[in-house]
Amino acid sequence: MGKTLFDKVWDAHVVRQLDGGRSVLYIDRHYIHEVTSPVAFLGLKNRGIKVARPQQTTGTPDHNVPTQDQDKPVTEEQSRKQLESFSQNCEANGIEYFKLGSPNHGVVHIVGPEQGITQPGMTIVCGDSHTSTHGAFGAVAFGIGTSEVEMVFASQCILQPKPKTMRITVNGKRGKGVTAKDIILYIISKISASGGTGHFIEFAGEAIRDLSMEERMTVCNMSIECGARGGIIAPDQTTFDYVKGRNRAPKGEEFDKAVEKWKTLASDPDAKFDTEYTFDAADIEPMITYGTNPGMGIGITKTIPSDEGLSGSDKVSFAKALAYMDFKSGEKMLGKRVDYVFLGSCTNGRIEDFRQFAQAVKGRKKAPHVTAWLVPGSKMVEAQAKAEGLDVILKEAGFELRQPGCSACLAMNADKIPAGMYSVSTSNRNFEGRQGPGARTMLAGPLVAAAAAVTGVVSDPREVFNL
Amino acid sequence: MAIPKFTKLTTTACPLNIENVDTDQIIPARFLKAVERKGFGDNLFRDWRYDKQGNKITTFPLNDPKYGGEILVAAKNFGCGSSREHAAWAVFDYGFRVVVSSFFADIFKNNALNNGLVVVQVSEEFLNKIFAAIAADPKAQFEVDLPNQTFTICATGDKTSFDIDGYKKECLMNGYDDVDYLLSIKDDIERFEQSRS
Repeated sequence: MGKTLFDKVWDAHVVRQLDGGRSVLYIDRHYIHEVTSPVAFLGLKNRGIKVARPQQTTGTPDHNVPTQDQDKPVTEEQSRKQLESFSQNCEANGIEYFKLGSPNHGVVHIVGPEQGITQPGMTIVCGDSHTSTHGAFGAVAFGIGTSEVEMVFASQCILQPKPKTMRITVNGKRGKGVTAKDIILYIISKISASGGTGHFIEFAGEAIRDLSMEERMTVCNMSIECGARGGIIAPDQTTFDYVKGRNRAPKGEEFDKAVEKWKTLASDPDAKFDTEYTFDAADIEPMITYGTNPGMGIGITKTIPSDEGLSGSDKVSFAKALAYMDFKSGEKMLGKRVDYVFLGSCTNGRIEDFRQFAQAVKGRKKAPHVTAWLVPGSKMVEAQAKAEGLDVILKEAGFELRQPGCSACLAMNADKIPAGMYSVSTSNRNFEGRQGPGARTMLAGPLVAAAAAVTGVVSDPREVFNL
Repeated sequence: MAIPKFTKLTTTACPLNIENVDTDQIIPARFLKAVERKGFGDNLFRDWRYDKQGNKITTFPLNDPKYGGEILVAAKNFGCGSSREHAAWAVFDYGFRVVVSSFFADIFKNNALNNGLVVVQVSEEFLNKIFAAIAADPKAQFEVDLPNQTFTICATGDKTSFDIDGYKKECLMNGYDDVDYLLSIKDDIERFEQSRS
């Protein structure tokens, strides 16, 4: 029987197989940030050891950084201490890190790929669940806890049960105004917020092949939102073209040799997956969520479903979600009030997202009552946006760019959406209080966010922008 | 470095009959600024336990004096969302030693086991029996037997077995830590690296 792409990469990194199913898995690349690493560094200190392979680790502070005045000292004391401790830990262990405000700084899942550190066939981990992003390159990439961060520090390996495999095939061509975010929100709405648990998902099919690298990252990024350990897409010419020429990519002959190897990274035709789903891209319209988990999404023209068919704790949880959002079954999402719009995060904080948003709002004006936070995923994205004049287009439309960081995706810094307010957010989680205590989040792609920003209500971007 | 040992426990349980309890509810992001592993239990389920003024929400099970004990019983898909291990630390630091649900998110499960917090996955049907037992008597006792991998509702004698990875079971029973294990196979890891270059 043939092997899946996931099996090929995983199996090539197994140092030892333990009874009971756990593997000692070798990690090629380890990304770290300021929130999930301090206790792991402390653990090393208590053991009297240092990071074993510092050259295979890259750090960037992102979760807890301000998105304004990054050139000034961080005012919030706990945040400042966490950032200082991160720098000290990286320096003491000889780990390269992208300091706040430096040209390579940004959100960990944006900077890894843009520096060319993320490459096909690698195993990549980070103490962050959205590490699944890097699977877009044909890497086995997944989020880990702090104990596991310490394992990687200490040994460059972790102990891990091998997940099952799932293939999600999206056939056909997507319609106008349908973004990668809509594809993944559609998939999660179909298989639920726990439908992928225990699995690693390979995304395949024409609609996936047609995606740019940045779009593929958006899809893989949200694999975790259906519970999967990660997502993976077979590398192809789109992948090789993206990696070529980046800072840390192999150069010249080395690159050609690497590509030959990367070309073998595909599931064999007779490979068997534990679970398979097939969808048709033509069925997908711009999506928006109405509830408090990412599986509670619908096409933007649809009405909020009823709890028919649900029972027990399912029914209670559904009612709790709608009560939190102050929405009712049968209501249309179109026309719902929007107070805040957030463009950014490791899901939609890349240059293509900013281009899409800027081109959409060009020549229009932000709705006066809407507060919009446009947060580039990295300094490179910010610089590129400025080089292309997107900042000018946005300014004329009443928007301004902030500085890179995770920002309102998890509201750990000052970018918190006030209680009771409605946000259309291009981030990845609509959990209760995720964007600030009491904040109500509607997840969507950059085009739906742009339509909401200029109309002040939930709107269909295909209508607003004549797509 | 050891993790707390666990073999057998008989105690009461606290019911949390809510699905998809995500790690942002278990420990909201604004409490993740610490650089040490201390005091996370105080902020466990912070926004469900306290109102905006910081007063206890008395209807929330953790605040209800009739419940207590070292077992947290939750509805399906517990611990979904972020990879923050602070969630497992918070549950443990609050005083729970066991979490029971019909379904756990993968990363939470790993994080819990790495910190001596036992995760017991039972069928939906058995979970409902546990909730019913607590509803009938908030002081109902439950027994968690790790060596035999069984969970028992003491009042009725209803018993179910649960799965746990053999390696992790050994670690929990003996207080072993994964880092110690990985450090002990350093030579294997180096050989693996050489074989790839």
